[in-house]
Amino acid sequence: MSVGIIGTKLGMTQIFDRETGAAIPVTVVQAGPCIITQIKTKETDGYNSVQIGYKEVKEKALTKPELGHLSKSGASPLRHLKEYRLEDLSSFELGQSIKADLFSAGEIVDVTGTSIGRGFTGYQKRHNFKRGSMSHGSKNHRLPGSTGAGTTPGRVYPGKKMAGRYGGTRVTIRKLEVVQVDTEQNLLLIKGAVPGKPGSLLSIAPSNIVGKK
Amino acid sequence: MNAEAIIRSVEAEHLKQDIPKIHVGDSVEVGVRIKEGNKERVQPYRGTVIAMRNGGINETITVRRIFQGVGVERVFLVHSPIVAHIKIERRGRVRRAKLYYLRDRVGKATRVKQRFDRPI
Repeated sequence: MSVGIIGTKLGMTQIFDRETGAAIPVTVVQAGPCIITQIKTKETDGYNSVQIGYKEVKEKALTKPELGHLSKSGASPLRHLKEYRLEDLSSFELGQSIKADLFSAGEIVDVTGTSIGRGFTGYQKRHNFKRGSMSHGSKNHRLPGSTGAGTTPGRVYPGKKMAGRYGGTRVTIRKLEVVQVDTEQNLLLIKGAVPGKPGSLLSIAPSNIVGKK
Repeated sequence: MNAEAIIRSVEAEHLKQDIPKIHVGDSVEVGVRIKEGNKERVQPYRGTVIAMRNGGINETITVRRIFQGVGVERVFLVHSPIVAHIKIERRGRVRRAKLYYLRDRVGKATRVKQRFDRPI
Protein backbone atom coordinates (compact mmCIF):
# COMPACT_ATOMS: atom_id res chain seq x y z
CA MET A 1 0.00 0.00 0.00
CA SER A 2 1.01 3.59 -0.39
CA VAL A 3 -0.04 6.80 1.27
CA GLY A 4 -3.37 8.35 0.34
CA ILE A 5 -5.10 11.62 1.08
CA ILE A 6 -8.18 12.69 3.03
CA GLY A 7 -10.71 14.98 1.38
CA THR A 8 -14.24 16.28 1.20
CA LYS A 9 -16.74 15.48 -1.53
CA LEU A 10 -17.96 18.74 -3.09
CA GLY A 11 -20.41 17.43 -5.69
CA MET A 12 -20.72 16.13 -9.22
CA THR A 13 -20.67 17.73 -12.64
CA GLN A 14 -19.52 16.81 -16.11
CA ILE A 15 -16.61 17.97 -18.19
CA PHE A 16 -15.64 17.30 -21.79
CA ASP A 17 -12.77 15.28 -23.19
CA ARG A 18 -10.81 17.74 -25.34
CA GLU A 19 -9.87 15.13 -27.94
CA THR A 20 -12.92 12.92 -28.39
CA GLY A 21 -15.51 15.44 -27.20
CA ALA A 22 -17.10 12.86 -24.91
CA ALA A 23 -18.80 14.11 -21.74
CA ILE A 24 -17.20 12.65 -18.61
CA PRO A 25 -19.17 12.52 -15.35
CA VAL A 26 -16.86 13.66 -12.56
CA THR A 27 -16.95 14.10 -8.80
CA VAL A 28 -15.14 17.17 -7.51
CA VAL A 29 -13.18 16.39 -4.34
CA GLN A 30 -11.38 18.86 -2.12
CA ALA A 31 -8.30 16.77 -1.32
CA GLY A 32 -6.17 17.95 1.55
CA PRO A 33 -3.97 19.72 2.37
CA CYS A 34 -3.10 17.03 4.91
CA ILE A 35 -0.27 17.04 7.42
CA ILE A 36 1.70 14.04 8.63
CA THR A 37 1.00 13.91 12.35
CA GLN A 38 2.71 10.66 13.30
CA ILE A 39 4.99 8.06 11.76
CA LYS A 40 4.67 4.60 13.28
CA THR A 41 7.56 2.23 12.94
CA LYS A 42 7.97 -1.50 13.44
CA GLU A 43 10.32 -0.94 16.41
CA THR A 44 8.03 1.31 18.45
CA ASP A 45 4.51 0.38 17.31
CA GLY A 46 4.85 -3.08 15.76
CA TYR A 47 4.00 -1.96 12.24
CA ASN A 48 4.88 0.72 9.72
CA SER A 49 2.37 3.44 8.95
CA VAL A 50 1.90 7.13 8.32
CA GLN A 51 -0.84 9.05 10.13
CA ILE A 52 -2.17 12.11 8.41
CA GLY A 53 -4.56 14.81 9.63
CA TYR A 54 -7.08 16.86 7.71
CA LYS A 55 -9.34 19.84 8.17
CA GLU A 56 -8.22 22.69 10.37
CA VAL A 57 -10.53 23.56 13.25
CA LYS A 58 -10.46 25.94 16.18
CA GLU A 59 -8.33 24.94 19.10
CA LYS A 60 -11.33 24.78 21.44
CA ALA A 61 -12.95 22.12 19.23
CA LEU A 62 -10.42 19.50 20.29
CA THR A 63 -9.60 17.91 23.62
CA LYS A 64 -6.31 18.42 25.43
CA PRO A 65 -5.06 14.88 24.64
CA GLU A 66 -5.79 15.47 20.95
CA LEU A 67 -3.98 18.80 20.97
CA GLY A 68 -1.07 17.20 22.81
CA HIS A 69 -0.79 14.51 20.15
CA LEU A 70 -0.87 17.07 17.33
CA SER A 71 1.68 19.34 19.01
CA LYS A 72 4.34 16.60 18.59
CA SER A 73 4.31 17.21 14.86
CA GLY A 74 3.75 20.96 15.17
CA ALA A 75 0.46 20.69 13.29
CA SER A 76 -2.39 23.12 13.78
CA PRO A 77 -5.58 21.65 15.33
CA LEU A 78 -6.99 19.05 12.90
CA ARG A 79 -10.36 17.31 13.00
CA HIS A 80 -9.67 14.03 11.23
CA LEU A 81 -6.77 11.59 11.57
CA LYS A 82 -6.16 8.56 9.40
CA GLU A 83 -3.39 6.00 9.04
CA TYR A 84 -2.02 4.46 5.87
CA ARG A 85 0.08 1.33 6.31
CA LEU A 86 3.29 1.37 4.32
CA GLU A 87 6.40 -0.70 3.73
CA ASP A 88 8.83 2.13 3.17
CA LEU A 89 8.77 5.16 5.46
CA SER A 90 11.99 6.81 4.30
CA SER A 91 10.38 9.54 2.20
CA PHE A 92 8.11 10.81 4.98
CA GLU A 93 8.81 13.11 7.89
CA LEU A 94 6.70 14.65 10.67
CA GLY A 95 4.87 17.84 9.71
CA GLN A 96 5.25 17.21 6.00
CA SER A 97 2.19 18.30 4.07
CA ILE A 98 0.41 16.10 1.52
CA LYS A 99 -1.46 17.86 -1.25
CA ALA A 100 -3.55 16.94 -4.26
CA ASP A 101 -0.40 16.76 -6.43
CA LEU A 102 0.14 13.33 -4.87
CA PHE A 103 -1.99 12.15 -7.79
CA SER A 104 -1.73 12.82 -11.49
CA ALA A 105 -4.34 12.71 -14.24
CA GLY A 106 -5.03 9.19 -15.49
CA GLU A 107 -4.15 7.50 -12.19
CA ILE A 108 -6.44 4.78 -10.84
CA VAL A 109 -7.61 5.29 -7.25
CA ASP A 110 -9.78 3.67 -4.59
CA VAL A 111 -12.20 6.02 -2.80
CA THR A 112 -13.47 5.13 0.68
CA GLY A 113 -16.28 6.91 2.49
CA THR A 114 -19.60 6.53 4.26
CA SER A 115 -22.52 5.72 1.97
CA ILE A 116 -25.76 7.71 2.09
CA GLY A 117 -27.92 6.52 5.02
CA ARG A 118 -31.33 5.35 3.85
CA GLY A 119 -32.83 4.53 7.24
CA PHE A 120 -35.09 1.51 7.70
CA THR A 121 -35.79 0.17 4.23
CA GLY A 122 -37.78 -2.72 2.83
CA TYR A 123 -36.75 -5.82 0.95
CA GLN A 124 -36.75 -4.33 -2.53
CA LYS A 125 -34.48 -1.38 -1.82
CA ARG A 126 -32.15 -3.18 0.58
CA HIS A 127 -31.70 -6.58 -1.07
CA ASN A 128 -33.16 -6.13 -4.56
CA PHE A 129 -36.01 -8.60 -3.96
CA LYS A 130 -38.62 -8.84 -6.72
CA ARG A 131 -41.92 -7.12 -6.16
CA GLY A 132 -45.28 -8.90 -6.26
CA SER A 133 -47.96 -8.06 -8.79
CA MET A 134 -49.58 -4.69 -8.07
CA SER A 135 -52.90 -5.67 -9.65
CA HIS A 136 -54.97 -8.67 -10.81
CA GLY A 137 -56.29 -9.15 -7.25
CA SER A 138 -52.84 -9.63 -5.76
CA LYS A 139 -52.40 -8.42 -2.21
CA ASN A 140 -48.70 -9.32 -2.15
CA HIS A 141 -46.97 -6.12 -3.23
CA ARG A 142 -43.72 -5.64 -1.34
CA LEU A 143 -43.70 -8.65 1.00
CA PRO A 144 -40.64 -10.92 1.36
CA GLY A 145 -42.27 -14.28 0.47
CA SER A 146 -41.03 -17.34 2.31
CA THR A 147 -38.27 -16.98 4.91
CA GLY A 148 -37.43 -20.69 5.00
CA ALA A 149 -38.72 -24.24 5.58
CA GLY A 150 -41.40 -25.23 8.17
CA THR A 151 -41.24 -27.40 11.29
CA THR A 152 -37.75 -28.52 10.36
CA PRO A 153 -35.74 -26.45 11.24
CA GLY A 154 -38.56 -24.53 12.97
CA ARG A 155 -36.64 -21.26 12.92
CA VAL A 156 -35.35 -18.69 10.49
CA TYR A 157 -31.67 -19.13 9.74
CA PRO A 158 -29.37 -16.34 10.87
CA GLY A 159 -28.31 -14.03 8.08
CA LYS A 160 -31.66 -14.24 6.27
CA LYS A 161 -32.07 -11.11 4.17
CA MET A 162 -34.74 -8.93 5.74
CA ALA A 163 -35.81 -5.32 5.99
CA GLY A 164 -33.69 -3.04 8.16
CA ARG A 165 -31.20 -0.22 8.29
CA TYR A 166 -29.57 0.38 4.93
CA GLY A 167 -26.66 2.64 4.00
CA GLY A 168 -24.51 4.76 6.29
CA THR A 169 -21.73 2.16 6.19
CA ARG A 170 -18.12 2.31 5.10
CA VAL A 171 -17.90 1.69 1.36
CA THR A 172 -14.92 1.56 -0.98
CA ILE A 173 -15.39 2.26 -4.66
CA ARG A 174 -12.42 0.74 -6.46
CA LYS A 175 -10.55 1.61 -9.64
CA LEU A 176 -11.83 5.10 -10.32
CA GLU A 177 -9.85 7.27 -12.69
CA VAL A 178 -8.45 10.68 -11.76
CA VAL A 179 -9.44 12.89 -14.69
CA GLN A 180 -7.86 16.18 -13.64
CA VAL A 181 -5.82 17.56 -10.75
CA ASP A 182 -5.96 21.20 -9.68
CA THR A 183 -2.85 21.76 -7.57
CA GLU A 184 -3.68 25.38 -6.79
CA GLN A 185 -7.03 24.70 -5.17
CA ASN A 186 -6.17 21.10 -4.17
CA LEU A 187 -9.00 19.64 -6.21
CA LEU A 188 -9.30 16.15 -7.66
CA LEU A 189 -11.76 15.38 -10.44
CA ILE A 190 -12.57 11.69 -10.18
CA LYS A 191 -14.54 9.93 -12.91
CA GLY A 192 -17.82 8.52 -11.64
CA ALA A 193 -19.62 8.61 -8.31
CA VAL A 194 -18.11 8.30 -4.84
CA PRO A 195 -19.81 7.36 -1.54
CA GLY A 196 -21.86 9.85 0.47
CA LYS A 197 -23.42 13.21 -0.07
CA PRO A 198 -21.54 16.46 -0.78
CA GLY A 199 -19.61 17.40 2.35
CA SER A 200 -18.82 13.83 3.35
CA LEU A 201 -15.32 12.74 4.30
CA LEU A 202 -13.39 10.60 1.80
CA SER A 203 -10.11 8.76 1.74
CA ILE A 204 -8.48 8.61 -1.68
CA ALA A 205 -5.63 6.15 -2.12
CA PRO A 206 -3.83 4.69 -5.12
CA SER A 207 -5.72 1.65 -6.31
CA ASN A 208 -4.96 -1.65 -4.65
CA ILE A 209 -4.73 -3.93 -7.68
CA VAL A 210 -4.04 -7.63 -7.13
CA GLY A 211 -0.77 -8.80 -8.65
CA LYS A 212 0.56 -5.26 -9.12
CA LYS A 213 3.71 -4.22 -7.30
CA MET B 1 -15.07 29.52 -1.70
CA ASN B 2 -17.99 27.24 -1.09
CA ALA B 3 -18.56 23.94 -2.90
CA GLU B 4 -20.98 25.46 -5.39
CA ALA B 5 -18.51 28.17 -6.44
CA ILE B 6 -15.67 25.67 -6.79
CA ILE B 7 -17.76 23.43 -9.06
CA ARG B 8 -18.74 26.45 -11.17
CA SER B 9 -15.06 27.33 -11.56
CA VAL B 10 -14.28 23.78 -12.70
CA GLU B 11 -17.06 23.97 -15.28
CA ALA B 12 -16.09 27.47 -16.40
CA GLU B 13 -13.13 26.32 -18.50
CA HIS B 14 -15.38 23.97 -20.46
CA LEU B 15 -18.16 26.47 -21.16
CA LYS B 16 -18.41 28.06 -24.61
CA GLN B 17 -18.72 31.82 -24.76
CA ASP B 18 -19.91 32.23 -28.35
CA ILE B 19 -23.31 30.53 -28.16
CA PRO B 20 -26.22 32.60 -29.53
CA LYS B 21 -29.39 33.00 -27.47
CA ILE B 22 -31.53 30.02 -28.43
CA HIS B 23 -35.28 29.84 -27.87
CA VAL B 24 -37.72 26.98 -28.29
CA GLY B 25 -39.29 27.13 -31.74
CA ASP B 26 -36.21 28.54 -33.47
CA SER B 27 -34.88 26.96 -36.64
CA VAL B 28 -31.20 26.26 -36.13
CA GLU B 29 -28.22 24.82 -37.92
CA VAL B 30 -25.98 22.73 -35.69
CA GLY B 31 -22.50 21.92 -36.95
CA VAL B 32 -21.67 18.38 -35.83
CA ARG B 33 -18.05 17.25 -35.82
CA ILE B 34 -17.73 13.84 -37.47
CA LYS B 35 -14.60 11.69 -37.56
CA GLU B 36 -14.11 9.49 -40.60
CA GLY B 37 -10.93 7.50 -40.30
CA ASN B 38 -8.51 10.18 -39.21
CA LYS B 39 -10.23 12.99 -41.09
CA GLU B 40 -12.55 15.35 -39.26
CA ARG B 41 -15.30 17.39 -40.86
CA VAL B 42 -18.31 19.41 -39.77
CA GLN B 43 -21.71 18.22 -40.89
CA PRO B 44 -24.61 20.66 -40.67
CA TYR B 45 -27.86 19.45 -39.10
CA ARG B 46 -30.88 21.72 -39.58
CA GLY B 47 -34.14 21.58 -37.70
CA THR B 48 -36.49 23.11 -35.15
CA VAL B 49 -35.63 23.37 -31.47
CA ILE B 50 -38.51 21.57 -29.77
CA ALA B 51 -37.11 21.42 -26.23
CA MET B 52 -34.37 22.86 -24.05
CA ARG B 53 -33.26 21.20 -20.84
CA ASN B 54 -30.97 21.96 -17.91
CA GLY B 55 -28.62 24.88 -17.59
CA GLY B 56 -24.93 25.63 -17.37
CA ILE B 57 -22.65 22.95 -18.69
CA ASN B 58 -25.46 20.37 -18.86
CA GLU B 59 -27.65 22.46 -21.16
CA THR B 60 -29.13 20.51 -24.07
CA ILE B 61 -31.34 21.31 -27.04
CA THR B 62 -33.55 18.82 -28.87
CA VAL B 63 -33.60 19.51 -32.60
CA ARG B 64 -36.27 17.90 -34.77
CA ARG B 65 -36.35 17.63 -38.52
CA ILE B 66 -38.13 15.51 -41.09
CA PHE B 67 -35.54 13.53 -43.03
CA GLN B 68 -36.74 11.46 -46.01
CA GLY B 69 -40.24 11.37 -44.56
CA VAL B 70 -39.04 10.17 -41.18
CA GLY B 71 -38.98 12.38 -38.10
CA VAL B 72 -35.48 12.61 -36.59
CA GLU B 73 -34.73 14.15 -33.20
CA ARG B 74 -31.22 14.74 -31.97
CA VAL B 75 -30.26 15.96 -28.51
CA PHE B 76 -27.15 18.14 -28.41
CA LEU B 77 -25.12 19.12 -25.38
CA VAL B 78 -24.71 22.78 -26.26
CA HIS B 79 -21.26 23.13 -24.68
CA SER B 80 -19.89 19.86 -26.09
CA PRO B 81 -16.83 20.07 -28.37
CA ILE B 82 -18.74 17.79 -30.80
CA VAL B 83 -21.03 20.75 -31.51
CA ALA B 84 -18.83 22.96 -33.69
CA HIS B 85 -21.28 25.82 -34.04
CA ILE B 86 -24.95 26.74 -33.64
CA LYS B 87 -26.54 29.21 -36.04
CA ILE B 88 -30.02 30.63 -35.64
CA GLU B 89 -31.71 30.65 -39.05
CA ARG B 90 -35.20 31.76 -38.09
CA ARG B 91 -36.96 32.79 -34.89
CA GLY B 92 -40.23 30.96 -34.20
CA ARG B 93 -43.36 32.12 -32.41
CA VAL B 94 -44.61 29.40 -30.06
CA ARG B 95 -46.72 29.29 -26.92
CA ARG B 96 -45.17 26.27 -25.23
CA ALA B 97 -41.80 25.44 -23.66
CA LYS B 98 -41.84 21.93 -25.15
CA LEU B 99 -43.09 21.42 -28.71
CA TYR B 100 -43.75 17.70 -28.40
CA TYR B 101 -47.07 18.19 -30.20
CA LEU B 102 -45.09 18.54 -33.44
CA ARG B 103 -44.39 14.80 -33.28
CA ASP B 104 -48.02 14.08 -34.01
CA ARG B 105 -48.17 16.38 -37.02
CA VAL B 106 -47.14 15.84 -40.61
CA GLY B 107 -46.53 18.06 -43.60
CA LYS B 108 -47.59 21.69 -43.51
CA ALA B 109 -48.89 21.44 -39.95
CA THR B 110 -45.32 21.04 -38.60
CA ARG B 111 -44.42 24.59 -39.57
CA VAL B 112 -43.73 27.06 -36.77
CA LYS B 113 -44.85 30.65 -37.31
CA GLN B 114 -41.98 33.10 -37.68
CA ARG B 115 -41.51 35.99 -35.27
CA PHE B 116 -39.69 39.15 -36.15
CA ASP B 117 -39.32 40.95 -32.83
CA ARG B 118 -36.27 38.91 -31.81
CA PRO B 119 -33.01 39.58 -33.64
CA ILE B 120 -31.19 36.60 -35.08
